Amino acid sequence: MKLKRNTILSIAALSCLAIFLGFADLFLGRFAIRILNLSAIYIVLALSLNILNGFTGLFSLGHAGFMAVGAYVSALLTMSPSQKEMNFFLEPIVPFLQNIQLPFVLALIAAGLCAGIAAFIIGFPALRLKDDYLAIATLGFAEIIRVLLTNAQRLTNGAQGLKGITKHSTTPVVWSVAALSVLFTWALTRSSYGRTMKAVRDDEIAAEAMGVNITRVKSVSFVISSFMAGVGGALLGHMITTIDPKMFMLPLTFNILLIVVLGGNGSISGSVIGAIVVTVLMEALRFLDMPMNLLVIKTNGLPGLRMVMFSLLLMLVVLYRQRGLMGNREFSWDAIIGAGKRVFSAGNRAHKNSSKNGIKP
Amino acid sequence: MIKTTDLNMRFGGLTAVSSLNMEIGKNEIVGLIGPNGAGKTTAFNAITGVYKPSSGHIYFKGRDISGFKPNRITELGIARTFQNIRLWKDLNVIENVLVARHLRMGVGVFSSTLHLPGYMKKEKHSKEMAMSLLASVGLADEAHEAATSLPYGKQRRLEIVRALATEPSLLLLDEPAAGMNPQESIELMDFIAKIRDDFDLTILLIEHHMQVVMGICKRMYVLDYGVTIAHGTPDEIRSNKKVIEAYLGVD
Amino acid sequence: MDLATFFQQLANAVSLGSLYALIAIGYTMVYGILRLINFAHGDVFMIGSYLAFYAISATAMPWWAAFPVALCLTAALGMGLERIAYRPLRDSPKISVMISAIGASFLLENVGIVVFGGRPKSFPSIALFDTVVKLGSVSVLSVSLFIPAITALSLLFLEYIVHNTKTGLAMRAVSTDLDAARLMAVDVNRVISFTFGLGSLLAGLGGIMWTMRYPQLNPLMGIMPGLKCFIAAVIGGIGNIQGAVLGGFLLGFLEIMIVALLPELTGYRDAFAFVLLILVLLVKPSGLLGKKQTVKV
Repeated sequence: MKLKRNTILSIAALSCLAIFLGFADLFLGRFAIRILNLSAIYIVLALSLNILNGFTGLFSLGHAGFMAVGAYVSALLTMSPSQKEMNFFLEPIVPFLQNIQLPFVLALIAAGLCAGIAAFIIGFPALRLKDDYLAIATLGFAEIIRVLLTNAQRLTNGAQGLKGITKHSTTPVVWSVAALSVLFTWALTRSSYGRTMKAVRDDEIAAEAMGVNITRVKSVSFVISSFMAGVGGALLGHMITTIDPKMFMLPLTFNILLIVVLGGNGSISGSVIGAIVVTVLMEALRFLDMPMNLLVIKTNGLPGLRMVMFSLLLMLVVLYRQRGLMGNREFSWDAIIGAGKRVFSAGNRAHKNSSKNGIKP
Repeated sequence: MIKTTDLNMRFGGLTAVSSLNMEIGKNEIVGLIGPNGAGKTTAFNAITGVYKPSSGHIYFKGRDISGFKPNRITELGIARTFQNIRLWKDLNVIENVLVARHLRMGVGVFSSTLHLPGYMKKEKHSKEMAMSLLASVGLADEAHEAATSLPYGKQRRLEIVRALATEPSLLLLDEPAAGMNPQESIELMDFIAKIRDDFDLTILLIEHHMQVVMGICKRMYVLDYGVTIAHGTPDEIRSNKKVIEAYLGVD
Repeated sequence: MDLATFFQQLANAVSLGSLYALIAIGYTMVYGILRLINFAHGDVFMIGSYLAFYAISATAMPWWAAFPVALCLTAALGMGLERIAYRPLRDSPKISVMISAIGASFLLENVGIVVFGGRPKSFPSIALFDTVVKLGSVSVLSVSLFIPAITALSLLFLEYIVHNTKTGLAMRAVSTDLDAARLMAVDVNRVISFTFGLGSLLAGLGGIMWTMRYPQLNPLMGIMPGLKCFIAAVIGGIGNIQGAVLGGFLLGFLEIMIVALLPELTGYRDAFAFVLLILVLLVKPSGLLGKKQTVKV
């Protein structure tokens, strides 16, 4: 009975969401659409970091590097030859990429694969390290990737970046990918393999002693996470249509880390909620960086103030609510309905008490 | 079943285990005793691959396993428990057992993520096996509780169950009776003898409770400062002068 | 490369290496005590140089008065940072502390952008440091001669503190075993605070020297030197002060010499440090002068 109620609620909520997303383009403005789609992309990216950080306990700061790989691969594979010619005006593009143009879906998969392959290679040395060493090493690899992208003029157009990338990241596309990512992460973390990932996170030595091949589990987790980061990076490129190596630096990784920490390390629904909250806040607080005119006070805008807020937010969460919004729990109808009932009955009690005392509510 | 030859374990200048020569036959229960810091746990760590032996060899079922990785050694059939209980804190009781089953399930990341029929069948089988193992130590009712919320004694039993789930033929128990009262210790002895018979096991155990060791071990090795100072039957050990000196100290 | 160019590059390498060494010491001290990468160390370095900049340009203080003031403020900043961002997390998982450190780093950078403005500022010229000195065929800025001297003095000063004072003894005790030190009535918080103060002071000193050598300030100037100096500390063996100096020099030489020998690699300069880091971690994870650690089971 209960199961049925929850299933019905879920189906109803998901269909509402699907209908909303399906028609969002019709009634939302450009700014709202941008926030909506960016949220979806951040969901993909946050889940990818959560698989690594939250479920396998590997603290990596190299996410931006894998996103860069994905964004470049997909952009180069979908651009028309004439677009490429326009972009590569300093030096011509390498011949094998000159005339290639793949459908978007294939390019997206290729983006993920390339990021995954990069992760496989990098993971070989990096995953032997732990904690802060791993963080610095992955950061180092991301930095190396960025330097390579900047210098491989004929492959990536160097520091000029790529302009005029086809705008494939429409609402249905990004939200479908986000939904797939949620489904995939959910299935992975609830499988036998997902359990071994959590065991590695909680106690590596015990996991190894119980026959878990920790090198393999870490490597698989790193590759999966980077695959998703590559796809997310590609979607980001196809949304803002311009990419350059400077985009993919630590601040981008910081945003994703903020989402994961805020939502709750090891919680899928936490990452989803965190992604939406942070994206909306990021855009909504843009005014802080712009000139302001508050009746009497005039400011010229304080660029950086917005990021001050976000750095503070990250620190506050870590200092005062380490488990984030969701802890490592997941969203459930029972919890919501339970909370609703509590609020409702508390309200009732208050109402009764107040009428007993002769006070009109 | 298992044999070590001139096994040495050195850390920097310190020799934690020196020339350990140990041999255990099938279905034996053998004790490894000695004062604190004698190198017992280090010997365990060398056998299970946590440390790579500085020199010497370890043969398991006739095969040289020295220097193998811990998971490989577990795969070959050696399982262990830890002195300072190492359960996975964010997994519940049955999940702790199921992780240990993963090794024998033979499922990859794709089949398990996609929940393919083959995987579902194995998962179901593993769950049944985990439940019956838990039931055998009286933990069935706590199957879905957080592992680290269990009382100490139950955590120790859960560790043994977790080790059994890997289907070992040699079980290494590191102070299984630590923190137990005499009554619990006696129950534990019976339990150890029982699993030896039920699962056709060979057992090597480190223990400080002399009652327990003397009670169930037919043979034992005594270490002091990494050196094997004696081995033999409980009676021989009890009357061994070196052992008495090691435990009581001499001036 | 002719001999004159070689000596010129050597002089550059010595001054860059000394700067790296100075900053790396701060990382290594904090890591030695708390096993924590103070991610914000590079940003403390940045704030230190801004403080010196404002002390000179906004007040009428001469440089020899302004620098000590700036250094004291930087040390106070480091101690405040530890108090707010790290102390509450002393018993938390390592990942939480790292995240807090990253948050602190971004906070300082962006507060820097808000307060100091994003546009680069140029450091006022100080005659004593800004004259060109000719040594044979090699000409260097006088500051390049001061830098190695200051690094050497700081190293001697630190060695004295660590090995000959009571506080130094307490520092060594805390770094060996924090809990045991606490049980032995060492005021652990005070020692850690002192270490942060000292490390930040050196970062501030490095920042001032840096901006006189490369006289441009911007709020993000601490990121790259910060990362590189952490790498220098790891290469030398983190937790080891001499190791940090060795690593700093090694990195400085490598960066200058590779570019001098193979100019076509100039664009890759920022990647050298990371490649070196990865190589060291693979071959000798404990660093050149570090001790190997075994995990207890």
